[in-house]
Amino acid sequence: MDLSAINPAVLMATVMVAATPILLAALGELVVEKAGVLNLGVEGMMILGAICGFAVAVETGSPVMGFLGGALGGAALSLIFALLTQYLLANQVATGLALTLFGLGFSALIGQGYVGIKPPEWVRLDLGAVSRSPVVGTILLRHDPMVYTGLGFVVAIWAVLKFSRVGLILRAVGENHDAAHALGYKVIRIRILAILFGGAMAGLGGAYLSLMRVPLWTEGMTAGAGWIALALVVFASWRPGRVLLGAYLFGGITVLQLNLQASGVRIPVEYLSMSPYLITILVLVVMSSGRGRAALNAPASLGRNFHATH
Amino acid sequence: MKRRTLLAGATLALGLAGAAWAEEPLKVGFVYVGPIGDGGWTYQHDLGRLAVEEAYGDRVETIYQESVPEGADAERVLTQMALSGAKLIFTTSFGFMDATNNVAARFPDVKFEHATGYTRAHPNVTTYDARFYEGRAVLGTIAGRMTQSNKIGYIGSFPIPEVIQGINSTYLHAKKVNPDVELVVIWAYTWFDPAKEADAARAMIEQGVDVILAHTDSTAPLAEAARSEGVIGFGQASDMSEYKPSPRVSSIIDNWAPYYIKRVGAVLDGTWEQQASWGGIAEDEVVIGEITDAVPAEVKAEAETLIEAIRSREYHPFTGPINKQDGSVWLAEGEVAEDGDLLGMMFYVEGITGEIPQ
Repeated sequence: MDLSAINPAVLMATVMVAATPILLAALGELVVEKAGVLNLGVEGMMILGAICGFAVAVETGSPVMGFLGGALGGAALSLIFALLTQYLLANQVATGLALTLFGLGFSALIGQGYVGIKPPEWVRLDLGAVSRSPVVGTILLRHDPMVYTGLGFVVAIWAVLKFSRVGLILRAVGENHDAAHALGYKVIRIRILAILFGGAMAGLGGAYLSLMRVPLWTEGMTAGAGWIALALVVFASWRPGRVLLGAYLFGGITVLQLNLQASGVRIPVEYLSMSPYLITILVLVVMSSGRGRAALNAPASLGRNFHATH
Repeated sequence: MKRRTLLAGATLALGLAGAAWAEEPLKVGFVYVGPIGDGGWTYQHDLGRLAVEEAYGDRVETIYQESVPEGADAERVLTQMALSGAKLIFTTSFGFMDATNNVAARFPDVKFEHATGYTRAHPNVTTYDARFYEGRAVLGTIAGRMTQSNKIGYIGSFPIPEVIQGINSTYLHAKKVNPDVELVVIWAYTWFDPAKEADAARAMIEQGVDVILAHTDSTAPLAEAARSEGVIGFGQASDMSEYKPSPRVSSIIDNWAPYYIKRVGAVLDGTWEQQASWGGIAEDEVVIGEITDAVPAEVKAEAETLIEAIRSREYHPFTGPINKQDGSVWLAEGEVAEDGDLLGMMFYVEGITGEIPQ
C-alpha cells in the first residue's frame, strides 16, 4: 500500500476534469429549477448532447463546433420538454422521466455509425513553465478550455441570479408564479427560456464526456451522470457555489477510488459509488419536512405547472 | 383415371419429399456481451461469424444480438433465439454461463457453445476458450523490457480465473526479463465501459505506470496512453491498429474464425459432440499482432522467439519454479501447470502485491 504514490495536485486536476460534465449539467438544472420547473430529463439531454457533439465534431473536424452541436442537441430535447410541460401542462416528473428514456434510445440510434471513431483533439492551455509548476500549474493552468468555461459559468450564474434584473425575474417566477404573472411577467416564456438554457448546459456536459473525458462514443456512456447532476442541485441547496463543491465531491469519488486501488488500498467499489446517492437521499429527507423545505432554499413553485386563470 | 390420379399423387409425393430433402439453412445464433463496434472482444467474435458465413454460404444463416447484459436478460435472449429456430448458439462471455446451461436444459436438441466458461451441465453444452495467458506471456516480456519506470499496469475486468491467469502470466514474464518490475492492478468491474477504462488508465499513468495492459474491451486505455508522453499499451482482443506505431506496440488478437468454422461444420455433418476446447497460439486462436518499430529490435526478436517456443509447445508459460503469493510452492522446477489448476486459478503468484477482491 503506497499512498505516497498519489500526487494530490495531480489528483485535484483530475477531479476538476472529472467533475466538469456534472458541473455543467447541474448548473443548467439549477437555473431551470430556480424558474420553478423540475426537469428530470437531464440524463437524456446529456447523452443526446454527447452524441450530437461527437457527430458534429467528427464531421466538421472542430471541437468547438462539436460543443455547439452538443448544446443544440440538448436544447432540442429540452424544447420538447418545454412544449409538453408548459403548453400541454403535462406532469413535469413523468415527462422528464419519459424524455430521459427517449434521449437514451434516440442517442443510441444516432450513434450507430459512430462507435469506435476518434474525435478531433483540443489543445490544452499551456503557459510554458508556469503551467508545469508543481502545484498551482498542475491544478489550475493545464486544463482544456471547457473546464475554465465551467468555472466561468459558476461565477456568471451566481452573479446573474444575485445581482441582475433577469435573475430577479427568474427567481420570482420560481418562487411564486402567480405573483409574477400578476406583475405582468410572461411566466411561460421565461420558463421555456430557462428550460432551453438548462438543456443546452446538459448537452454541453454530455459533449464534454464524449469529446474530452473518454473520448469515444458508446451507448449509454453517461452512465447515470445526469441523475448525479440532479442530485447535486438538491445537495447544493440551489446555490451555484455549492454546486461547484458538490461536483468536485461527487465527480471526485470515482477518480479517488481508482487512485486508491492503483496504490493498493482496497475500499469496495460499491461503497464509494453509492455515496453520492446516499447523501442526496439524506438531503431530500430533511427537505421533505415542512420547515426543512423553506430552510433549504427550494424554489416554492418547484414542480407546479403554471396556468393563467384569466 | 385411377392411374392418372395415382401418377399425380406419386409425383406430388415425390415433389414434397424432394422439397423436404433440400437442406434448410442451418441457423446459427451469436450472443454478444458488447457492441460489435467495440473494436475489441465482440468485434473479433463477429469477424468469426462473418467467416462462417463466407465459408458456408447458403448453407448457414447467422443471427446475432449485441450488448446483451449478463443475467436474466441473457436467458430471455437465448430462449428467443432457440425458439426462432437457431440450432447452434454461441454465447460469447463468461457471465452467460448460467443462462446458457439453464436454456440448454429446456432445448435439448439445440447445441450451445459457451465461451470462457467451465460448466457443462447438459450434453448439449460445450465450452471453448483461448489460452490468452500465452499471449500475455509475450506482452509481459515486451512490457518488462520496455518499461522505464519499472511500473506496469493491468486493468482487470472481473476477478475470474481467466483474468488472474493473465495477470500472473504478465507478471511472471515481465519479472523474468526485469527483476525490479512492479505490477499495479485496477479492477474496473466491467468488460466494456470506455469512461471507466479511461479513468483507470489515467489513475495508473498518474502513479507512474508507463506500460498498460487491459483485460477490458475498448480502445479507451490506448486513447488515454496516447495523450501522455512515454506511455505504451497493447491492443486487446483485436489489433486496434489506429493506435500504431505507438502507443499500441503490439496486441493480442482473438481469432475465433477457425474454431467457429470447425464447429458449424460439425453440426452440418452431424458430428458435433460435447467438448471442452482450449486453443492457444499453436491452434492460431491467439495471434500476436504486429510488433511495431517503437519496440527495439532485440526485444522484438525475443518476443518472436517466445511466440515460436509456445507455438511448438516447447515452452509453457506456467513452468516452475513458481510460488504462490503467500510463499507456498505451487510448481516445482520444470513442472508445468495442469489445465485444471489454471481453470480454477484464483491466487496471485509471489511478488504481486494486493489481494484479489471477492
